[in-house]
Amino acid sequence: MGLTLKQINKIVEGEHHLADINLTLASGSRNVLLGRTLAGKTSLLRILAGLDRPTTGAIHENDRDITGISVRKRSVAMVYQQFINYPSFNVYKNIASPLLVAGQDKEEVNQRVMDTAKLLHLDPMLDRMPSELSGGQQQRVAIARALVKDADLLLLDEPLVNLDYKLREELLEELQAIFEKRDSVVVYTTTEPSEALKLGGNIIVMDEGKVLQTGTTSEVYRNPATVKTAELFSDPPINMLEGEIRSGRVMIGDQLDIERSGLFSSLDEGQYLFGIRPNHLYLNRQADGDARINSTVKISEINGSETFIHFEYGGCQMVLQEVGVDTRRIDSALTCYVNPEKFFVYSSQGDLLISPNGFSA
Amino acid sequence: MKIRKRYFVLALYLAIAMLPIYWMLNMSLRTNADIMANFALIPTQITFGNYINIFTDPSWYSGYINSIIYVVLNTVICLVTALPAAYAFSRYSFIGDKHVFFWLLTNRMAPAAVFLLPFFQLYSTFNLIDTHIAVALAHCLFNLPLTVWILEGFISGVPIEIDEMAFIDGYKFPRFFFFVFVPLIRSGIGVAAFFCFMFSWVELLFARTLTTTAAKPIAATMTRTVSASGLDWGLLAAAGILTIVPGALVIWFVRNYLAKGFALGRV
Repeated sequence: MGLTLKQINKIVEGEHHLADINLTLASGSRNVLLGRTLAGKTSLLRILAGLDRPTTGAIHENDRDITGISVRKRSVAMVYQQFINYPSFNVYKNIASPLLVAGQDKEEVNQRVMDTAKLLHLDPMLDRMPSELSGGQQQRVAIARALVKDADLLLLDEPLVNLDYKLREELLEELQAIFEKRDSVVVYTTTEPSEALKLGGNIIVMDEGKVLQTGTTSEVYRNPATVKTAELFSDPPINMLEGEIRSGRVMIGDQLDIERSGLFSSLDEGQYLFGIRPNHLYLNRQADGDARINSTVKISEINGSETFIHFEYGGCQMVLQEVGVDTRRIDSALTCYVNPEKFFVYSSQGDLLISPNGFSA
Repeated sequence: MKIRKRYFVLALYLAIAMLPIYWMLNMSLRTNADIMANFALIPTQITFGNYINIFTDPSWYSGYINSIIYVVLNTVICLVTALPAAYAFSRYSFIGDKHVFFWLLTNRMAPAAVFLLPFFQLYSTFNLIDTHIAVALAHCLFNLPLTVWILEGFISGVPIEIDEMAFIDGYKFPRFFFFVFVPLIRSGIGVAAFFCFMFSWVELLFARTLTTTAAKPIAATMTRTVSASGLDWGLLAAAGILTIVPGALVIWFVRNYLAKGFALGRV
């Protein structure tokens, strides 16, 4: 089943929740919807499910218009961000519920529930009630109920956001393997770029109700088409600096004064935005061509295996990501290095001109 | 020592609160002559004559039966109509929903006596005077809004995602409502039923006005015990004790949810 969204708008009380959404979700594709909270991810998901109707626009399944068809008549499964299960049913009945409603044969229902429960490690707790389970287990039950149905469209609305880090990692890995084996269209929303990257497949980057960019996840990450996409699809956020190309030199802020060569030779003179990913800023010189920035440490965060150092340069808040633990103190002097070959260059309107990964407008 | 002091205060409070009820129980177990002649904290000559009188005299026990019939009728009518209404108020938005919802509650703000004459006229026209259904319907005036409000509170406590998930799973509405949704708010239904029962059981004005003999409630019977020989104290006390019993039984089942019910299901 392929889904096509045509000119979808959703207006609630005069506010645009979704604006001009045009999308094609190919049969068997895995799609990650990436965007901050209030970007319209859930609104879009609810329209895909058939829970809400778009204000204008249409959804086509293959060539059939399914815009107004009730959710009950669609082949769709959904997992919510909150742990939603039937509180009065035990785990077995919770998982079996969509099959029993469809009036399937008891034997077959049993077989499928058992298989799905095993897949999500729920088999030892089938006769317990949802309220007796931990958060992770409750969400597994919700996921199991969505999977057991074998729907054409599987929607997951930030399913892992309320779980602790370790469980999230585990479930994400399991989900990847599960999605791999299915031929349904999977739509998975998340606010975290790292989650999107792990899931792979296609990505739809959304912001303020609009689709910013679509494509395969790795391609969009390597070449974010606009400044907005680059900011959304980078964690910690990408460092954006204003700069100028003038008389054979690239000047960014008061310290970076680089010879105009390599990447920059195709650009005209003028104002540009330069994007530097935090992991392309280094504390030690990596190559001869590296440019140097001197500043002072504002905040230093350690997340265990990596250190994030925040500093100010050229009037912007910058973040540097360094592997390993670095115990620099606040207000101490900082010298870091950056390779100009790793710059993303955007026009002052915010469109990608040059990326370090081979893109060139 | 501290614990004892606390228990002492509690015991004192309970003693004061229970005193009238104990006194009624005391009187119900004595004869009229005994009540008038002696003061006794503990009845010396216990007699069950008053109770036997009530259970054997049709003019007495039919009062209980009539009351129970219209109270149950009223509770059923209220629940059956309030459940869909409360669901709609909680889940759907429609023109004027908030105003109608509030207007329901304002029905409780007028004294029942205001409606007495119109009701009497209306029920006479439809030949409903002195029937159980007349009292049951009249009591809906104040029980139905209350039931809607209580159930709406409990229903709003159930996340709407459960409804949506059921529809995604393919449930038809009736099956969803009765097999998935109603079990989730059963404590709310219990509390609502209790409030219907309580208000209908103790209501006297409508019940007495709209009935004469065939559906005469116990409360009305009790107001007519004055005879030529004076008040029948013992009999009245026994009738009073028997009137408390059903309420006490029902309250036992909803004791854990009562506070939430008084807050109209909102926490």
